[in-house]
Formats: sequence, structure tokens, C-alpha cells
Amino acid sequence: MSSAGSPAKAALRGLRVGFGVPMCVLAASFLGFGALVRESGMALWQGLFSTASAWALPGQVALVELHAVGAPPLAIVVAVGLSNARLLPMVITLMPYLADQNRPRWQYYVAANWVAVTGWAAALRACPGMVAEERLPYFMGYSMVLWPASLAGTAIGFALAGAVPVAVSLGLVFLNPIYFMLVFAADVSSPPRVAALVLGAILGPLLFLVTPDWSLLLTGVIAGTVAFLALHRRR
Amino acid sequence: MIEVLGGELLVALVLAAFVTYLWRGLGVALSGKLNVKSAIFEWVACVAYALLAGLIARMIFLPSGPLAETALPDRVAAAALAFTLFFLTRKNLLIGVSSGFALLVLLTLGRGWAG
Repeated sequence: MSSAGSPAKAALRGLRVGFGVPMCVLAASFLGFGALVRESGMALWQGLFSTASAWALPGQVALVELHAVGAPPLAIVVAVGLSNARLLPMVITLMPYLADQNRPRWQYYVAANWVAVTGWAAALRACPGMVAEERLPYFMGYSMVLWPASLAGTAIGFALAGAVPVAVSLGLVFLNPIYFMLVFAADVSSPPRVAALVLGAILGPLLFLVTPDWSLLLTGVIAGTVAFLALHRRR
Repeated sequence: MIEVLGGELLVALVLAAFVTYLWRGLGVALSGKLNVKSAIFEWVACVAYALLAGLIARMIFLPSGPLAETALPDRVAAAALAFTLFFLTRKNLLIGVSSGFALLVLLTLGRGWAG
């Protein structure tokens, strides 16, 4: 078990680890979102509200695009809900590694609002080796770099929309999938989880051609279950 | 008042935030009941990774939103370069992501000039 010395120091360590490539990638990804918000005729505060509250980029993009084509609120909410369903298994998988029996449970309900792919992957890497009381502070420290960076990215992207060459802004949006791809390729080593990644990457686009709305959910359940049944070993 | 704030869009923004939190909050509620060493926990983790991989692959192969304006071969080439350089540089994230970024920008610019 490693210790930063105190929960406050663990939070600072989280801040420092987030400050750098993860922060830049998130800010850049939200530059693209901010530009999209403006091009869709939405107000800056609406884009900021979306980033501050939902903080899950694919669902945010779905919301803006559906709104732009005049979809009713109910259709938008269903699409966002389906696109963000990944957060459920992500939170379940992360929570045991943030757990501290001495910490009130409501704090986890608050912290859950900041579970997003980047911080999730970082906490899964770092937190299992930490003393229990420092885990949640580390995760929140890390998130409190990425979240403001996302808000700043949204605002700057909104302001710069149209001012940056299109190719560059497209490249910035592309940083997000590339970053996630590399993080998972580097981090994940258990055979069933590697198989789940590979099968999911194949099934995701294929199922999207068949049923765009349900493809993610189906991909997760089918690819995850096949990978689990094929490679999980009872301990 | 509601109209000033965006009418239907405001409703969608608030409800979207609500359903998004619902997944996260439900995750916390369910998490206390699972043992990390249990088979169910490992299955949930597999589902999470499959969902994420599916999402990432879709963003590269069949993106919606702004990325749909780029060409598929350009995105695949940029992703392949990022992947290759990342592992050649002993997992240097900065080199990995910036090479993917640079190649996609150059290829997209090239198409603009060629067209």
C-alpha cells in the first residue's frame, strides 16, 4: 500500500497527475464541443451547463446534434440516456477501489458525478495500491483538474468557432478517441478484459450500422458477456 | 421565463443531466453489493470495457458530429500511427496522441488542397 501522507496530499497528487496530457486532451476535446454548440445556434451558457452537469462528451454531442435537427426533448433524453449507459458498469467497477469504510456514503453519491472515462481509467490504475482514506481524495483531485479544463475548453471552443482552420479543430476532436484508445491499450492486461476491448471495438461499429440507438448497449452486453464466458477463470 | 432560457432545449439539457446522473448514482447504489473477486463483478467490468471499446471504435470508424467531415482512411491512418508510435516510445502518451493529431490534420488539409 502506498501513501501520499494524508488525504489532502493524495488530492494534491491527483491534481498533479491530471495536470498535463490528460488535462490537455480533455480541454482540446471540449474545444470541439464548444465550437459545435455555437454552430448549432445554442448559447454559451447552455453548452457550459451541459459540460458542467453531464460531463460525458458523446451524450453531449448527441444532445446538440439532435437539438439542431429539431428533435423533441423526449427523443433527445432517450438518446443521451442510451449513449451514457456505459457509466453504470464503469461506476460499479470503480467504486470498490475508491471505498473507505470510514467515509460517509453520501460522498460517493456526490463523487460519482465526476466519473468519466479519463478519471476512471486513471483511478483504476492508481487507487488499488493506495491506503483506503486517500483513494477518493486522489480521484477528486484528478477530476478537479479535468472538469474545469473541460469547462474552459467549451468556452474557448465557443469563442474560437470558425477562427481556427477546420482541419485543426477536427484534429483536436480526434484527440479524444485516440487518447482513450492508447490508455486502454496500455492499461488493460487481464485476458477477459482485453478480449472485451477487442470484441467491443469490432462489434461497436458493426452494430451501429444495424441499430444506431441501441448499438452501444448491445455491444457492451454481447461483447462483454462473450469475453467473460470464454476467458474468465474461477479463483 | 422558460422561453427566455431556451424552452425545449432547457428541458432537454436538464433531463439529459438527470438521466446521466441516474446511471452514475445507480452505479454507487449497486456497487456496495458486489465482491471484487466475484464472477459478476468481473462480468460487469468486461461489459464496461466492451462498451468503451465500442464507443472509441465508433468514434474512429463511424463518427457522428464534427469528425464525420474527415475521411475514414485518414482517421484509420492517424489512429494506426498513434498506436505504433505509442508502443515504439515505451507508451509515451504525448507522442502517441500528438502524432495522431498531426497526421489527421495534415491529411485533412491535403484533401482540401487536392480538392
